[in-house]
Amino acid sequence: MTHIGNPGATGNSVIATSKEGLEATGVTITTAGAAQPGPAGPSQDRSPANGWSPAGVLDHGWARLFLGLLIPAALIAAWQWSTSVGLFSVVQLPPPAMVFEAAADLIQRGELATHVAISTQRVLIGFAGGAALGLAFGALVGLSRWADVLLAPMIGALRAVPSLAWVPLLILWMKIGEDSKVTLILIGAFFPVFTTVSLALRHVDRNLVEAGRAFGLKGLKLLTTVQLPAVVPSVFSGLRLALAQAWLFLVAAELIASSMGLGFLLTDSQNNGRTDRLLLAIVLLAVIGKITDALLGVAEKWAVKRWA
Amino acid sequence: MTAVIPSVRPAAPSSPDSSSTVDPAHHASALPVSFRALRRTFGTGNAAHTVLRDIDFDVRRGEVLAILGPSGCGKSTLLRAAAGLDAPSAGSVDIDGTPVQGIDSRCAFAFQEPRLLPWHTLQANVAIGLPKGTSAKQGKSKVGRLLELVGLDKFAKHRPREVSGGMAQRASLARALARNPGVLLLDEPFGALDALTRIKMQDLLLDVHAAEPTTVLLVTHDVDEALQLADRIIVLGKETGKEHDGATIVRTVDVPGDRPRNRGSVELARMRSSLLASLGVDGH
Repeated sequence: MTHIGNPGATGNSVIATSKEGLEATGVTITTAGAAQPGPAGPSQDRSPANGWSPAGVLDHGWARLFLGLLIPAALIAAWQWSTSVGLFSVVQLPPPAMVFEAAADLIQRGELATHVAISTQRVLIGFAGGAALGLAFGALVGLSRWADVLLAPMIGALRAVPSLAWVPLLILWMKIGEDSKVTLILIGAFFPVFTTVSLALRHVDRNLVEAGRAFGLKGLKLLTTVQLPAVVPSVFSGLRLALAQAWLFLVAAELIASSMGLGFLLTDSQNNGRTDRLLLAIVLLAVIGKITDALLGVAEKWAVKRWA
Repeated sequence: MTAVIPSVRPAAPSSPDSSSTVDPAHHASALPVSFRALRRTFGTGNAAHTVLRDIDFDVRRGEVLAILGPSGCGKSTLLRAAAGLDAPSAGSVDIDGTPVQGIDSRCAFAFQEPRLLPWHTLQANVAIGLPKGTSAKQGKSKVGRLLELVGLDKFAKHRPREVSGGMAQRASLARALARNPGVLLLDEPFGALDALTRIKMQDLLLDVHAAEPTTVLLVTHDVDEALQLADRIIVLGKETGKEHDGATIVRTVDVPGDRPRNRGSVELARMRSSLLASLGVDGH
């Protein structure tokens, strides 16, 4: 179950083809274990299939990272090609080199680091706050029928409000500053966590919960000992959705009212016709978003292993 | 079921000397349990459905009582009422003279399934049974001792899914014992185990009962198990002419002889036939 890149039947077939291919080029192949059961004994018999098949490569983190970069690299190549043959004007689509130059220029002025840092900070604070509130309210609504009846309709209605609708109100209440932006991101991060946690808690194995209660666990202690560990996988899928949502709401917040950040870089570049910076901002959003998600993915892997 | 299995249990831990390994300060004292006019009805109005009625019974201090009955007759409901996991519709359960209200810390429950937390080691699972206010040091030594008692000391750090069903059930028993229960409630704890493991677990239960004095209420559908383990057996069922009412105690049987009992004895065989007849099965 846990082996996603398991070298199964496909792995063997890959060996066969590559073997044929190599033999065609005149290379002799001696498969270590199968042909000569070496001194290590029969346990080695299967090792070549598990350790060294081309599909087995997929089990190695670095190899996966490299393979994952292939398509982006191909895209950049296509981008370069399309601009150099003149399919698009420079305003429509500047070549990759110009975007790199724009990055270098902004780095030199010290602006890029500021944009990236302030955006990341807003996302992280908003995400942390939203996730914590989502977890708390999700637990309340998921475990208490009273809370479910009283709170769920209100929260459901609030969730239906489109993110941008909050912006004018938040600006009116909190002025154009960090507070209004972080609050908007917090709102964005809250709902995925709230929804997944409250739903998952309703489906925790009743037998386990009853066993916990029979041994005197209740309230917060029961939640942290039995219920929350049981929903760790759902909590993390909620967190990952929330993180994506946080980046989404960040751009919404920064597009409308800000003087710093990647969203500001987007609008500012649009107003000044700097397509190169615009593309840079998009690429940065993609890269940073992917990195934060990957970090959360690592935490998820650890947590699921620990609590599953 | 009629195979004659000689008792092969080593007599070790049931001897009085072995109880010296048990810390006397943590000895629970076995408590008496009384069911008083207990009734349990599920649903209301036309959908109301009485499962148990008129249960009046006294379980003696330290006794092993088996509760037999056909499935669906309310055996588990009776046990759950004693644990405070379920509240009776009328009447009460008194433990040592005081009524059970809500989860009762004087009881410990072992379920038909092990119900261990899969993300904890066996050790941590057993520790969940420790009574409130147990110090970390006391708890650790107690858990270690109980794991040894149920033969799992070498598997303390294993997760439940890494051990067999029988081992998980032993861990579940150890968790219940960690509570120092005055009353140990066992809901078909060996029902899901294979025949051999079941016999070993029954012997283990007798060892445990000798090492940790407690009153035991054992729900089972296995007549042989009841005869092997219990001092007394009550049979739950519906009285003739009152089939639409809930089940009540239709028979009480004193089981003769000291434990461990010879599984092949003629007297027990006769009792088995008679009990099976009470359960509506031909006694062969």
